[in-house]
Amino acid sequence: MTSYRLPQGGLIDRSKPLSFAFDGKPMLGFEGDSLASALLANGCRLVGRSFKYHRPRGILTAGAAEPNALMTIGRGARTEPNIRATMQELHAGLEARSQNRWPSLAFDIGALNGLLSPFLGAGFYYKTFMWPAAFWEKVYEPFIRRAAGLGKATHEADPDSYDKRWAHCDLLVIGAGPAGLAAALTAARAGARIIVADEQAMAGGTLLSETATIGGEPAPAFARQCIAELQSLPNVTMLTRTTVFGWYDGNVFGAVERVQKHVAEPVSSVPVERLWRIIAKGAILASGAEERPLVFGGNDIPGVMMAGAMRSYLNRHAVAPGRSTAIFTTNDSGYALARNLEEKGIDVTAIIDPRENGGETYTGKARLLRNAMVTDAHGGKSLSAIDIRTGNGTERLKVDALAMSGGFSPIIHLACHRGGKPVWSDETSAFLPPAGLQGLEPAGAACGLIDLAACLADGAQRGADLAVSLGFAATPATFGAIAGDASATPAKVLWSTPGARGKAFVDYQNDVHSKDLGLAVKEGYGHVELAKRYTTSGMATDQGKLSNLNAIGLLAEARGVSPAEVGTTTFRPFYTPVSFGALSGASHGRHFQPVRRSPLHGWAERHGAVFVETGLWYRSAWFPRQGEQGWRESVDREVLNVRSNAGICDVSMLGKIEICGPDAAELLNRVYCNAFLKLPVGKARYGLMLREDGMIYDDGTTNRIAENRFFMTTTTAHAAGVLNHLEFCAQTLWPELDVRLASVTDQWAQMAIAGPKSRKILQTIIDEDIGNEAFPYLCARDVSLFGGALQGRLFRISFSGELAYELAVPAAFGDDVAEALMEAGRTDGLMPYGVEALSVLRIEKGHVTHNEINGTVVPTDLGFGRMASTAKPDFIGKAMLQREGLTAADRPRLVGVVPLDPGHSFRSGAHILAKHAAATLENDQGYVTSSAFSPHIGSTIGLALVKRGNERHGEEVTIWNGLRDEFTAARLCAPIFFDPANERLHG
Amino acid sequence: MRYSALSLLWNGLRGNRDWKPAWRQPQPKPHYDVIIVGGGGHGLATAYYLAKEFGIANIAVLEKNYIGSGNVGRNTTIIRSNYLLPGNNPFYELSMKLWEGLERDFNFNAMVSQRGVLNLYHSDAQRDANMRRGNAMRLHGVDAELLDTDEVRRMVPFLDFDNARFPIKGGLLQRRGGTVRHDAVAWGYARGADSRDVDIIQGCEVTGIRRENGRVTGVETSRGFIGCGKLALAAAGNSSQVARMADLKLPLESHVLQAFVSEGLKPFIDGVITFGAGHFYVSQSDKGGLVFGGDIDGYNSYAQRGNLATVEHVAEAGKAMIPALSRLRVLRSWGGIMDMSMDGSPIIDRTLIDNLYLNAGWCYGGFKATPASGFCFAHLIARNAPHETATAFRLDRFQRGYLIDEKGQGAQPNLH
Amino acid sequence: MASLVPCPHCGSRPKEEFTVKGAALKRPSPEAGADAWFDYVYLRDNPRGGYEEYWHHTAGCRRWLIVDRDTATHQVTSCRDAASASAKEHGA
Repeated sequence: MTSYRLPQGGLIDRSKPLSFAFDGKPMLGFEGDSLASALLANGCRLVGRSFKYHRPRGILTAGAAEPNALMTIGRGARTEPNIRATMQELHAGLEARSQNRWPSLAFDIGALNGLLSPFLGAGFYYKTFMWPAAFWEKVYEPFIRRAAGLGKATHEADPDSYDKRWAHCDLLVIGAGPAGLAAALTAARAGARIIVADEQAMAGGTLLSETATIGGEPAPAFARQCIAELQSLPNVTMLTRTTVFGWYDGNVFGAVERVQKHVAEPVSSVPVERLWRIIAKGAILASGAEERPLVFGGNDIPGVMMAGAMRSYLNRHAVAPGRSTAIFTTNDSGYALARNLEEKGIDVTAIIDPRENGGETYTGKARLLRNAMVTDAHGGKSLSAIDIRTGNGTERLKVDALAMSGGFSPIIHLACHRGGKPVWSDETSAFLPPAGLQGLEPAGAACGLIDLAACLADGAQRGADLAVSLGFAATPATFGAIAGDASATPAKVLWSTPGARGKAFVDYQNDVHSKDLGLAVKEGYGHVELAKRYTTSGMATDQGKLSNLNAIGLLAEARGVSPAEVGTTTFRPFYTPVSFGALSGASHGRHFQPVRRSPLHGWAERHGAVFVETGLWYRSAWFPRQGEQGWRESVDREVLNVRSNAGICDVSMLGKIEICGPDAAELLNRVYCNAFLKLPVGKARYGLMLREDGMIYDDGTTNRIAENRFFMTTTTAHAAGVLNHLEFCAQTLWPELDVRLASVTDQWAQMAIAGPKSRKILQTIIDEDIGNEAFPYLCARDVSLFGGALQGRLFRISFSGELAYELAVPAAFGDDVAEALMEAGRTDGLMPYGVEALSVLRIEKGHVTHNEINGTVVPTDLGFGRMASTAKPDFIGKAMLQREGLTAADRPRLVGVVPLDPGHSFRSGAHILAKHAAATLENDQGYVTSSAFSPHIGSTIGLALVKRGNERHGEEVTIWNGLRDEFTAARLCAPIFFDPANERLHG
Repeated sequence: MRYSALSLLWNGLRGNRDWKPAWRQPQPKPHYDVIIVGGGGHGLATAYYLAKEFGIANIAVLEKNYIGSGNVGRNTTIIRSNYLLPGNNPFYELSMKLWEGLERDFNFNAMVSQRGVLNLYHSDAQRDANMRRGNAMRLHGVDAELLDTDEVRRMVPFLDFDNARFPIKGGLLQRRGGTVRHDAVAWGYARGADSRDVDIIQGCEVTGIRRENGRVTGVETSRGFIGCGKLALAAAGNSSQVARMADLKLPLESHVLQAFVSEGLKPFIDGVITFGAGHFYVSQSDKGGLVFGGDIDGYNSYAQRGNLATVEHVAEAGKAMIPALSRLRVLRSWGGIMDMSMDGSPIIDRTLIDNLYLNAGWCYGGFKATPASGFCFAHLIARNAPHETATAFRLDRFQRGYLIDEKGQGAQPNLH
Repeated sequence: MASLVPCPHCGSRPKEEFTVKGAALKRPSPEAGADAWFDYVYLRDNPRGGYEEYWHHTAGCRRWLIVDRDTATHQVTSCRDAASASAKEHGA
């Protein structure tokens, strides 16, 4: 391949050569190159294959809209598909690979699809592949799926880190081209806090590719001066390589900064990308304009390029587009390119302009063909000739590069993210941003302005206006006289070239050509949204940046209406694609969610606990001992030990709420369905909390510490929800109640000490007498520990059914107290037990948890019918409890269930059928809510919700687990398996 | 014109000049026997089945925008029948069975693709809940398999098995679940209905419901008054707005749900996978984009656009489930308006007004229900009696206490 | 919503700090009857436009607020403390 690099010029650093590879072929570029410019400089034209027809494709643009030059870069876990070569900065060692071709880019079997194209028009797949039915998943679809898609992603985990940041500013300037720089300078000089975000590595936008001078300075130098001034100001944050991708409610902008996407080896201490959430009082949208392709036959052949892109590669990267060039333009921007090409000694064969009088100031050597159009380009993998139709007929020109410019479409993406509709302008033949946006002011080319002077002036004016509206004394920045800029004539509308013989592409990447849009209209899919969905035009990775307006124009022509009537499809985030990594920030892997550790976590860990995730908590599940075979053995030991000696269990993660104030009792009385007004000081009571719809929401014990002070415990799962609920009740329903609420979950370490020897053990560290007389069941009082060294709270409550206590001590002392108890209980066989044993113990006693409180049960269902007070005039949930469906006789009711043969077992989630009944939905009687092996019963036991279950104790049923092909003959029974008279807890 | 490989070949050879419109653009007639408000999936399916299965001839579908402009065109395309409660389960299985024969029934390839739906679980409690659900499915003859960690790993080895905050303990798999090309569902039903003389009237917004003596006589629209014998509402997120025209207040809130698509990729994920430790579900379209979503934003909205914080939450959950997603890029997000009901289940019922019928409350599960919703709604409209699989979807169930609450969250739509 | 909610106690704060409950409705009296309760618990105006709803500043001042918000534009027009708001209603 020959070099297309010009001997001088450009903003590249020729002292810093960079070696890289494309499809394994080594190449050289320079610092300042994009991957695209470097490929072009190396004469590499064929860079990709299209989606459907696998047509050879070259580099079309020099920016974010690139539809063709998508490549896979990186290796292993850092593989990234679909990288736009136009946006990827070149770095040493960069490895790029082409996509969607087999076996090679130059020879791609998929190109055979092109021969079948008459049968592969828009939506062809909706009309076939339906027979035989089984063929879709087995034959057609696997083939289609393999053929479709772009790059191949890795399944390896990403080794790099990401970060998020919030920022607040007076003014966010989006895009640091002429208008953006002018706005930023204006507002910055006035003292406003400014963030300037630009997607390129170097700010300046089109100034970097411009050959005009401003006040005598070449445009790139002018840009550097502006940037230098901005960077010197303390109130300005310049963010390059940063794309503002979305405009959200509240004038919040999402932006992604590519911190280390341009380096060979990212530094591990720095994120590779950073997500910015920018909250701006005002914002300037200076996103510029997108040049439109022209729709003629073969407009996708490598060598055909956007005129602005060609100019950018020429001026900014010093890359020649070819040996002989033609320019097809409907506006005067093509002539600026012609001048630049000729200045650099590149032959411009012809300028083809469909207007009658375009390019009047052009004085170069190129043939000027007015009233002319390019109908077809030829050349396969590289452009070789073009067909031109003029008033005098058709002529073929041999060229190896063709620039095209169909006019400019303002980049209004962000301006439409919040529901505003673009406005068609006949004058500029483009859609302009919606009028009257709040907080976002489009400026410069984004509002349809074309020439440099107008863009600079507009940016300065709008920057000043916004700054003034925010209270700053700002006057628009002024700049020196501009020389050598292209004159600004509007483009002639030309949605497609009539008489094209080859495929004339509208959406390059998705291979949508002009006939597809015609077919869509013919078949009834003429609405712009239907046409998009039917043809896939505008649905590629560039989201129609290049194609949408041409598609709209073609639809308008086919339907015989104006583009205004056709309208646009909806602009939605993201402006350009954003990685999952950036959106996730530091949240991934083990850091996906925070971890909550109990104050007794260390204690449990030292005693060998196996932990289990419970919401955000890690709870000790069981405490294996040497020689134990499997978890069941440990759990059985823990259960038996609680029933025979004593166990200690961490219950710190239960929600704990203090409720204070003269009306605290009244509040509790209204939020629990059972009575709380007369709960004596020093006593605990089990409470049942309903939702307003009558279903049980949560349960727990609450004790009265003092007349106006209560201590509530909630389930672990609803700790936060219950507090929200109480606050809702106190603040919105009954603000007249004088009550205060505080979460104290994290303030207390709480441990259950359960078993016949629990009192004896506890008494060794508690100063007060906790004998049965002095401290009876449901007693709850502050206690003194270790001879007054520590104050704690002791509750005589029992989840296990044993003589049991819960002891709460300030969190920081939890570990020491637990260890002290372990020491005190050593001779009495005190052992830690975990939630698995706790679960066995509570199932043996028929105590419910959220397995049973499943959000669809009312108190009666669980045997709590009498708790729902009939005496109280009001409590949350009372009004709806009497509904027919909630009092129906065949509601599921809590029962116990045991296998007929103790050797058989069953699982939670199994369903219950009447004995001998067929396994059908109609015969479904309920399901097992909780199950465990009870070492006391010597078999599996379970709790279940069964239709009329309370009336069916003793009935033989089948426990059916179709997922495991298990059938267990079982008997329903009362939901209590151990000490039904509750004698032990009073002992 | 019947679609087939042969018709494609024939038209291709003739330069694709002879294709006919998939549906007509008729002028509204003064009166229809049945008017369906809403040209989305459910409304079009209702019209199709009314005409095809229930012999009703004179039908119009009124759509204020273009057909399929609502949720049928902006969802994550998942179909499944992995429901728990007896009120839901047979209905969604009917829907699955209709999906399985749909394309040949309406002669349009909607790419019904049964590549499986896998719901992951991460704790014993979730396993038990999935066990209960899977067994409920099996009781009705719906396919369900409960996988353990190793089985999930063999199926999708690239999930985070080694470094997860909430380790994957297994999953509930419905192999018959999968995805469908969503727009094609609207188009296929529209074309099928149109070919049976249903008038599909786009760009026709209903602005009022005219009533006389307690009966609906017709609708005021942006294209004038149109009379009807029966009026059927299938207006999804706009149900409350339309019902208000008949002085009905519904047990619904309209919420925004966002969904997303990534850049196109070569095959990366085969079936649908749902995370159990955060709100995230993902599949890959035949075109190559990863289609994914999460939870509703959580506030009432008619704006069809969502919030950045929700986008971040979804991405976080996605990366937690599949670490390799990290370097892949999200192309587009969109928002749909969900008619969230007060128990999370839909309503297909008559109303207090004799000839006014309601189909609403689909929450974020309306797409998979499309065929059964249309079929059962058509049954109700034609026969004035609910279809046997839809008897539980009564409007008065809230008042009477017969709720169908799969999640057990109660009358709080943003928790369903 | 908005991305930001103007909490009367804490100032403009990101939406993620809040929990949304839904329509700000007045709870009926216990004797109001089944219809009034059904309406309160289950029926919603669900308007397209202005809407008063309960938001809880969960990760902030923990006050329940009444946010007046447009469901079509997401514009927040007012945000006040629920207790003082209803106190006003009771006291007037």
